[in-house]
Formats: sequence, structure tokens, C-alpha cells
Amino acid sequence: MKARVYVSLKEGIFDPQGSTVQQALSGLGFAGVSRVKAGKYFEIELEPAPSADVRQQLAKMCDQLLANPTIEQYRIELNAD
Amino acid sequence: MRVGVVVFPGSNCDQDCLWALEARGIEAVPLWHKDDSVQGCGAVVLPGGFSYGDYLRCGAIARLSPIMAAIDRHAKSGGVVVGICNGFQILTEAGLLPGSLLRNTGLRFICRPVFVRVEQTASALTRDCRAGQVLSLPIAHAEGRYWLEEPALRDLEERGQVILRYCSSDGRVDAADNPNGALNGIAGVCNRDGNVVGLMPHPERAVDARLGGTDGLCLIDSLVRAASSATGPALRAAAPV
Repeated sequence: MKARVYVSLKEGIFDPQGSTVQQALSGLGFAGVSRVKAGKYFEIELEPAPSADVRQQLAKMCDQLLANPTIEQYRIELNAD
Repeated sequence: MRVGVVVFPGSNCDQDCLWALEARGIEAVPLWHKDDSVQGCGAVVLPGGFSYGDYLRCGAIARLSPIMAAIDRHAKSGGVVVGICNGFQILTEAGLLPGSLLRNTGLRFICRPVFVRVEQTASALTRDCRAGQVLSLPIAHAEGRYWLEEPALRDLEERGQVILRYCSSDGRVDAADNPNGALNGIAGVCNRDGNVVGLMPHPERAVDARLGGTDGLCLIDSLVRAASSATGPALRAAAPV
């Protein structure tokens, strides 16, 4: 089983990397890019077959290490592949 | 009493800290990050650098080092802990100080002297300074934008836990003199008891006129005195907030 974890700054916190990428895209001529948010992406392979509380385990991983709850939010996706 | 300076893989200001402390007349010893005790030190410094290559987030891996459990116990029993630059980032990741240090607004690594104003003298690092005193200190960081959510930020301000703020040469605090976009111009904070302190500027690089200035001396001397005497809650009660 594979988990995908997306971590990004919470809403309301200025993201200078995202803002710079947005400006750069506009500079390259891509019209209509109104906002870019930069973040981190993790692929986590889990074995053996995970238990029922795998989502809860992944949330703990995020709270304790993958994200800093003071400044970041996260989203978890689970796939059977 | 002696002061310990923690060496993480990637620390690069540990020798400067040891040198500055020894120059001010206190025994200073390196503490390896895999140690599980602070070796009887009265104060512990977490120096600047790039612990663990800043992997994941600045300080996120270093706070898992064995010595951090000992530092947590030391802090909670009133012992002095000072985090400088990357050390400040580690202390926020460890939950020993509130808030977090984000990427500078301008994205760049900034390495230059700035002015900071002493906001609070009831802390282990500022007890020998004057309230309102303006210091010229070097900064060297890419992630120094202090951030804390409301209402915790207001609480931090009301409790007088902001110890240093970026300012102009005459002590005015405004956006033009804020190098990294830190909220309220915050350059340094302490915990409620004043024994745990974190700051982005490098006082250990400002202790000798031959190296560009001596404004860091009042901070280093505060630390030396705090390490040698009563700390913790008593420190905070000694001075008006």
C-alpha cells in the first residue's frame, strides 16, 4: 500500500516560494495564473498489509515529523497499488 | 559552573560560541548531540548552522537527537537554554519555544549586520542589557521570519516574551528595518520563565572590536551570569515585566 502525503503552509501564511513561482509563470507568458502554493510531497510505502488505523498512523507521522502543525497543514491519500 | 555548546552534524557556529564564552571567563565545553546528558552544565547553547542539512525543515531532525531529551529536562527544571539562529529553529521544532521560523519574505539568505532593540531584560540572555538598548548584531539566515498564530502572538506580546525586535539605528521598529518579514519585527523570544531563549542574530560574532563590533557582549555576559546563578522562575520574578 502506498500513501501520498501533501504538506503546505496553512492558509493566511505568506508563501514567498509560491508567490515567486506564480510571478515567474506570468513572466513566461502563462496568462491567468492567479496563485501558486508551494509545498512538500511524500510517498510512503507501507508493508506488510496495514492495519485498519493506517490513516490514524499517518496522521501521527504528520503531526510528529512530516509537518509542523504550527505552520503547516497536510492531506493524506491512500492507494492500494 | 560551565556552559555546554551542542554540536549537531552540520552545526557551524559551535566553535565561535565556545570561543566567545571562554573569552568572557566561563568554562565552555562541547556537548555531542548523541550525549544523553548536559554533563552538569548550568546553561546550554544550541549554536547556528545547518543541522542535518536543514532536511525536511530547519531543526526538524535535530530535535530528535538524544541530547534534546536531556535539554528538555534541563529547561523544565529551570536551567538556561539559548538557541541561536539554527538553534532557535530547533527550539521551536522541539516545542520549547512558541512559534516557528519561516522562509524570509524576500527568499534570500541574508548575511549582514542589523539593529535590534532590547524589549525585555527579564530573560537569561538580556538580564545585563538595558530595556530599549539598540544593538548592532550580524544575522545570517534564509529562514528567520518569525511566525505565530493569533491569539498566541498577542499572548506572547502581553507576557513580555519578545526579547529583541528588529529596528532602525535609533530604535524605531518599522517594516523598512525588518530584514525577513518577521511578525511584529520579532528577532528573539523567551519562554514564560525567561530561562529558555531563542534569537536569529549571532551575538557570538559581535564580541570583539577586531571582528566588527562588541554589541553582543551584553548578551553573552547575561548568559554567563545566568549560567552561574539562580535561573528559572526566579529570573523572571527578579525584574518587572
